[in-house]
Amino acid sequence: MSELKFPFTPLPRTGGTITSDPVPPLADSDRKPLTKKEISADHPTWCPGCGDFSVLALYFKLIERRKMWHEKVTTVAGIGCSSRFPYFVQAHGAHFIHGRALPFASGVSLSRPDLHVFVFGGDGDAFSIGGNHFSHTARKNIKMTYVVMDNFVYGLTKKQTSPTSPIGFKSKTDIWGSLDRPINPLKQAIAAGATFVARTTHTNPNHVLEMMEAAMDHDGFSYIECLSECVEFYPGAFDASNPRKGGKFDLVPKEHDVTDEYGAYRLADTAWPGCFGIFYRNPRPTKNANEAKIIEEHRSKVSGLADWEILQKSFARMK
Amino acid sequence: MSAVAEEPSSADGQSKLTKINEAVIRIAGNSQDGIQAIGGFLARLAGRSEQEVMTFMTIPSTISGGPSIFQVRIGSGDVLSAGDEADMLLAFYQHSYEGHINSVKLGGIVLYDSDHVTPKPEWLERYRHVGVAISSKTVEAIGGTGRDKGKNIFALGLLARIYDLDVEKITRLLGERFGGKDATILQNAVTCFNAGHAHQLQDLLKTYQFRHAEVRGGQQVVMNGNEALAFGLIAAGVRFGAGYPITPWSDIMELLRRELPKYGGTFVQCEDEIASISMAIGASWGGRVAVTGSSGPGISLKTEALGWASMAEMPLVIVDVQRGGPSTGMPTNVEQSDLNIACFGGHGDSPRVVLAPSGVEDCFYTAIEAVNIARKYSTPVLILTDQGIASRIEAFVEPDLRKVCQDISPDLSPVPDHKPYDLAAPDGVTRHLAPGTRIASGKYPVVTGLEHDELGHPTGSPRLHVAMTAKRRNKLRKLSADLPVPAVYGPAAGQILLVGWGSTYGPMREAVDKFRSLGDAVACINLKYVNPLPGGLDEIFKGFRHVFVVELNDEGVYGYGQFGAVLRARYCDPKIRGITKVDGLTWKVKEIVDRVRAAVAGAPVKA
Repeated sequence: MSELKFPFTPLPRTGGTITSDPVPPLADSDRKPLTKKEISADHPTWCPGCGDFSVLALYFKLIERRKMWHEKVTTVAGIGCSSRFPYFVQAHGAHFIHGRALPFASGVSLSRPDLHVFVFGGDGDAFSIGGNHFSHTARKNIKMTYVVMDNFVYGLTKKQTSPTSPIGFKSKTDIWGSLDRPINPLKQAIAAGATFVARTTHTNPNHVLEMMEAAMDHDGFSYIECLSECVEFYPGAFDASNPRKGGKFDLVPKEHDVTDEYGAYRLADTAWPGCFGIFYRNPRPTKNANEAKIIEEHRSKVSGLADWEILQKSFARMK
Repeated sequence: MSAVAEEPSSADGQSKLTKINEAVIRIAGNSQDGIQAIGGFLARLAGRSEQEVMTFMTIPSTISGGPSIFQVRIGSGDVLSAGDEADMLLAFYQHSYEGHINSVKLGGIVLYDSDHVTPKPEWLERYRHVGVAISSKTVEAIGGTGRDKGKNIFALGLLARIYDLDVEKITRLLGERFGGKDATILQNAVTCFNAGHAHQLQDLLKTYQFRHAEVRGGQQVVMNGNEALAFGLIAAGVRFGAGYPITPWSDIMELLRRELPKYGGTFVQCEDEIASISMAIGASWGGRVAVTGSSGPGISLKTEALGWASMAEMPLVIVDVQRGGPSTGMPTNVEQSDLNIACFGGHGDSPRVVLAPSGVEDCFYTAIEAVNIARKYSTPVLILTDQGIASRIEAFVEPDLRKVCQDISPDLSPVPDHKPYDLAAPDGVTRHLAPGTRIASGKYPVVTGLEHDELGHPTGSPRLHVAMTAKRRNKLRKLSADLPVPAVYGPAAGQILLVGWGSTYGPMREAVDKFRSLGDAVACINLKYVNPLPGGLDEIFKGFRHVFVVELNDEGVYGYGQFGAVLRARYCDPKIRGITKVDGLTWKVKEIVDRVRAAVAGAPVKA
């Protein structure tokens, strides 16, 4: 019985014609920040004028400014227009199934503490099919940055009502206007226990970058609600927040206390187009840190033992 | 008790000692009476005495209470099933007595709690009745009202007397089980046990003694299938898992949650089944094969993500502890009705590997093989175990842990270039690099559920869809060629071949022994590698006039069980027929024998 038909075998690193010989390590001091050209991959398939272009460009800028190296950039997405993101970034990326980008990213984050995971998605992914995961990832405070490019409409499937579509929005599934009360993503995030909640809009690039940097520096689940216009199916949706279109871009009031959960919740209820900036930032231990602590406690009891010896101790109690 | 040899050897002349090879003891009571504990002690004792042991239990799916049984078969030779008929029934209540008397062989012993059971006159002739006031004697021994507490240990003492069990070893087991913070608990247990052991069984003259078992190589460990599977995953190097509670899978996640931190690993309880598989896939992409698992409806919920793992060719282990279905079905009963969803569940063509362990020991090794196949072929692998294996206890020789424990940590050292979905790969298998690995060419891969090119970027090219579909399928063909041809138990040619998979192994093999003892040319094969199938099966089938696929699922619209249908589709052989049942219990040897007889005699293959 103890003959394994498939014993452990070391595997080739890469397949086929490509050599798997390792290459020498490269000291960080010898590396230059990545340029936009080096970090961009496929040309985005978004419609001309889509707000997502701006978010992508600012992600590149973030990578350049924060001197992130190719291999450390980890981009995860679900399904939707905005979720095509990983293909446009020249780095390790995963394009997962609809609504489940957060649990996928959680698996990466919890098993690979050396990586900072960025997740990009849309309002359907985050608040409709993936609504459950949004709440629980926030509650568990799993370390990652989640940018939702909210366009208030399903774009990839060509104009159906989304969970953030305002009442009265005419879509192919609500030809007489949407009936259902839209989700307020900020309130949702705060109520779920997210430890970093910010709001920005694609028409203000400097602000987007500022929020991304703050989110990345946050030790925990950092959530950015980024208005990102769908020029094809909901043009003009965010004009009220764009000074160039006659709207107003109000920052979160200076006197707002970002650690005040109820204050943040009230602020999230500000009448349309609301305000922009960090609504809530109140660190508490991440799941990553809590699990690491449990591991440390358990490891200290078996220090010096090889894995097979630890297992042998368990088996000794089953004799 | 089979192979009974009368050997009056007891010195006191009062009770005769009879040497036996094996005994089947059925303990019947309510689920909160601690009858599993008695069975567990007997099983562990057998393991320490180098005996073979197998248990079988039923538990009600109610939250608390309800009738429950635990059957232990202890033997000095091969024990492959929990036994069709009991040599002894230990009945705590009238309902346990009346409900299980039929499981006792004629002339067998019924040991009952006379405080709760009134024997039926018509059964007194057929079975040897021994009444002991178990409840009141227990209260007498440890005092207080005691409300049923401790009577299981008292009964264990009775059994130890009847079967001349090693009191010293049992006392040590009691110490290990109850020796905790509160010393009175252990003291009470020992008092109960001693009271039971010292109880004078006036009307039971015989005492039984197991023959010495042959010495095996190495010490035996005693555990159930869920434990063996979970420890196998740890030995295989799995350090991350994610799951959601569901019976009977939950034990595995509880064990991994408790044990993994010792190895630097983590198990996460997720918000739902979909999150569980998604998180495990994310961790697998992180570089080390991760595990998720479930039972029943939970497996259905995971199928979309499983399809992604098939498309993206991501290594992953998914445990399915099968239970009665569909839907909520029979959560605490056994069935093998997830074969179809395991092999074929999902939209699109999504090849994956399915393994089915044959018993508790095999759970341990199957878990390691599953991880190694997942890595080698870069594929999701499902392990199809079932409620029967999950909850039964077996003793097996402790694995050579130093040898089987493996390190599957990812290698993050830089590479010059990389294409995960390389169509020119000589073995045709995808190789992923974990994120964090520098690729000197500056070309980085994406893993995706969209049809993709060799770097993982999306494509609508029909040519690539054809090529990539073939790539995902061909690696399973390669695996199939690497699989061992299953060994035939019994003659290589003859009248009847029984084909089983997974847990059918034990009772099916005993059925073959039964047939052969009567002179019939019957053989069996049991498949562990269920998808893809190994080669050589058609050659085996050729040697037999009848081929019966024995499995625990419904005969379906066309009259074959799920695996039977797969074999018929694969081999187009009309002599392949099915023998199936869905009563929620494991096969009895007699059931298989009778059903096969009837089928060969031309009767419709019906239950």
